[in-house]
Amino acid sequence: MSAVIENHHDDHHHGPDKGLMRWVLTTNHKDIGTLYLWFSFAMFLTGGCMALVIRAELFQPGLQLVVPEFFNQMTTMHGLIMVFGAVMPAFVGLANWLVPMMIGAPDMALPRMNNYSFWILPFAFSMLLSTLFMEGGAPNFGWTFYAPLSTEYAPPSVTFFIFAVHLMGISSIMGSINVVVTILNLRAPGMRLMDMPLFVWTWLITAYLLIAVMPVLAGVVTMMLMDIHFGTAFFSAGGGGDPVLFQHVFWFFGHPEVYIMILPAFGIVSAIIPTFARKKLFGYDSMVYATASIAFLSFIVWAHHMFTVGMPIAGELYFMYATMLIAVPTGVKVFNWAATMWQGSMTFETPMLFAVAFVILFTIGGLSGLMLSIVPADFQYHDTYFVVAHFHYVLVPGSIFSIMAAAYYWLPKWTGNMYDETLGKTHFWLSFVGVNVTFFPQHFIGLAGMPRRYPDYALQFADWNMVSSVGAFIFGFSQLLFLFIVIKCIMGGKKATDEVWEGAEGLEWTIASPAPYHTFSTPPELPERSMA
Amino acid sequence: MARKESKVGEGQRLKTSLQWLIALAALGSSWQALADWSALNMTKGVTAISREVYDLHMLIFTICVVIGVLVFGVMIWSMLVHRKSLGHEPATFSHSTKLEYAWTIIPIFILIGMAVPATSTLRDMYDASGAEIDIEVRGYQWKWQYTYLNDDPTQEVKFISSLLTPPDEYYNRSPKREHYLSDVDNPLVIPINKRVRFLITSNDVIHSWWVPDFAVKKDAIPGFVHEAWAVVEEPGIYRGKCTELCGKDHGFMPIVVKAVEQAEYESWLAMKQQEALQVYETVGKTWTMAELMETGEQVYAQACQSCHQANGQGIPPAFPSLVGQGLAIGPIDAHIDIVVNGKAGSAMQAFAAQLNPAEIAAVVTYERNAWGNDVGDLVQPRAVNALISSEE
Repeated sequence: MSAVIENHHDDHHHGPDKGLMRWVLTTNHKDIGTLYLWFSFAMFLTGGCMALVIRAELFQPGLQLVVPEFFNQMTTMHGLIMVFGAVMPAFVGLANWLVPMMIGAPDMALPRMNNYSFWILPFAFSMLLSTLFMEGGAPNFGWTFYAPLSTEYAPPSVTFFIFAVHLMGISSIMGSINVVVTILNLRAPGMRLMDMPLFVWTWLITAYLLIAVMPVLAGVVTMMLMDIHFGTAFFSAGGGGDPVLFQHVFWFFGHPEVYIMILPAFGIVSAIIPTFARKKLFGYDSMVYATASIAFLSFIVWAHHMFTVGMPIAGELYFMYATMLIAVPTGVKVFNWAATMWQGSMTFETPMLFAVAFVILFTIGGLSGLMLSIVPADFQYHDTYFVVAHFHYVLVPGSIFSIMAAAYYWLPKWTGNMYDETLGKTHFWLSFVGVNVTFFPQHFIGLAGMPRRYPDYALQFADWNMVSSVGAFIFGFSQLLFLFIVIKCIMGGKKATDEVWEGAEGLEWTIASPAPYHTFSTPPELPERSMA
Repeated sequence: MARKESKVGEGQRLKTSLQWLIALAALGSSWQALADWSALNMTKGVTAISREVYDLHMLIFTICVVIGVLVFGVMIWSMLVHRKSLGHEPATFSHSTKLEYAWTIIPIFILIGMAVPATSTLRDMYDASGAEIDIEVRGYQWKWQYTYLNDDPTQEVKFISSLLTPPDEYYNRSPKREHYLSDVDNPLVIPINKRVRFLITSNDVIHSWWVPDFAVKKDAIPGFVHEAWAVVEEPGIYRGKCTELCGKDHGFMPIVVKAVEQAEYESWLAMKQQEALQVYETVGKTWTMAELMETGEQVYAQACQSCHQANGQGIPPAFPSLVGQGLAIGPIDAHIDIVVNGKAGSAMQAFAAQLNPAEIAAVVTYERNAWGNDVGDLVQPRAVNALISSEE
């Protein structure tokens, strides 16, 4: 049945306002989702340009293009912008678009707050980017901003960085509260938690992670602020403080943060693979439990980022064992995806290509993560390009590929038009080749002994650095094709059906394409439960 | 180097199959690099611990490759066979309790198989007892200081080890030589087959002291002293790097450790102790302006130039110019003070521990009388020494 309910007595049921103020004042979850997604894409290109500056400098040994001071600003800003500006807002954008449509809600539960949480971001990132033009330059202490390099030895712009982080944190917390409240209160009557699509589940858990750890991040930058301007010495050994305390607090935020950037990706892939395998997701219950276990474990493994800070052996062993445990629920997820594909009837449209590449390449990143958890071996891997390869494998062909898969998968629902399949596949293959040529050789460079955040390197690392740089430019420029495909799809194209994909299941496919400005003004009736 | 040849030989014998896997993945990217196994994998190193670590690395790597091949094999098989275009009908199963138990429990046993050897290796690494030689390793922006701890302070050898590669090479003005960015002026010298303990700390920001061939990597953190140790079995030159971002020249503070026979170590140490004694004596003599300027120029190039630049112009605002302004042409006491004690809240370090009094006196004199600065005064090493001693 059609779940689009005509609303006969409600004159609020209208289309969007015209002009710029529509976007400034909007409280519509679809508009806000769109804003988030475009913002994140703009940040993705900005952070990407910085990555290309880095890779261009590393194309050959020697300092050709930039000086080390600026190189450090690029690595720092690239990391901050990609984490806080590209990946996180993209997932919030997807949550805005999809969560209400998946649970049969008319909008997010707190629409005005939704507007605020988006509009904070452009200010936060303008402030962060403006530091590039300040005296002394932008933050240059790495995205992990370890004290005392980020306090006693920081450029003056560090204060702007601190306030930008505060703003991003406020935005994230408000966004997360909205997601939690929406999911817990606005589900269509009869939809139990264990009936929710996995994307909704993973976002519910992600939102709790965000609410738990963003205040910790706010705390640590506030302590920095106090150290810099108000004479405290939280992180200064000279004043009786402890530089290692900074790392403990930072990673107590930082480790859940990396799961914040991957759990929604699990949800996306769990939606796409069943559709194109034309087969139910294997092990729904265990997927939910695995996600919850990963989220729990993420709080108790933070110091595996700090194996070389000289913790006592008991600490090293505990954090090693706890970290290894994460492999179990993560393995369950990968096996479930493989089992979903097994004996299916698969087709490989662009979303499926990105989803399958996600599973394989994320698993490579997961396996190198397992290697990194082994403390004695980590002493050799730590802070080398092996780590860079590892976390880029889980973030680029992990999080970013899942976001692209989601964009292709739901674009027809959002725009009412099919994207150009040939161009989409071209984009996939360019990205796939580019990503692997960029990051696979970084495993070698790291094992051979090149530390990360080096603007220049010894001659034995030259060959693979050159290969990696070539890959980065292929990957970077192929994202312009993505931009073109999206714009082309918005402008027109083959009309999409309501169901869009042959095997797709879920409430969002029961409404018209493009999705009307207001959906589910009255709750839909759920199909008979077929959950085993 | 003989060590390298034997490493390649053993690597090939033991891990031919793994090499092939990596080589295949690398195929078409760079034929040149394929020829060199050491450009692709972790070093085996030259200590018992580093070999244990290497074996552990290869064990977990092999397990990961096997898991990867199995999982990806299933997926690829499925993608090739279970396609709609081949007319494959979808199955209807959506869970299997037995299978789900299996793939939860089996990985736990695999993990235990990895954790056991990892734990025993870690215990060995953490046992730093029984050291025969203690060396303090102190990180500075952007160089290392090594102190051979000795109960008798007059016998204590202490020196700074900094990058030897000249800026002309990294700014591409002259060709890059062998060991580009990997050579230092004063390498750390240790005897082979002795248990050497490194006591690692820092004077400013966090650095990390890494010598891959010893499998030693420990963060150098201000306010902390961390231990690591090594028993090096083969004489040779072993190169390492700073692995914690420490500012502008993080990539330009390499580590070189020279492992030598006991006899050679002893004669080297005796020579260093003699040098230390000489410094003591030179501080006491009266220097001429020409002597101070000559030594000052050398010290400036080694200690000041990376920030204040060869022409003294600096990189404002972080690194101010010394030409025609500020303390360099101001009161000499304040000038000496900033070199000795640094300036809190800025990048200017305290050089009292890095430079000897003669070097400080020389560099202060040099700065006041170089690049067109013509204050004309000079300071004697004796005076600097008195200042430092009074502060202690």
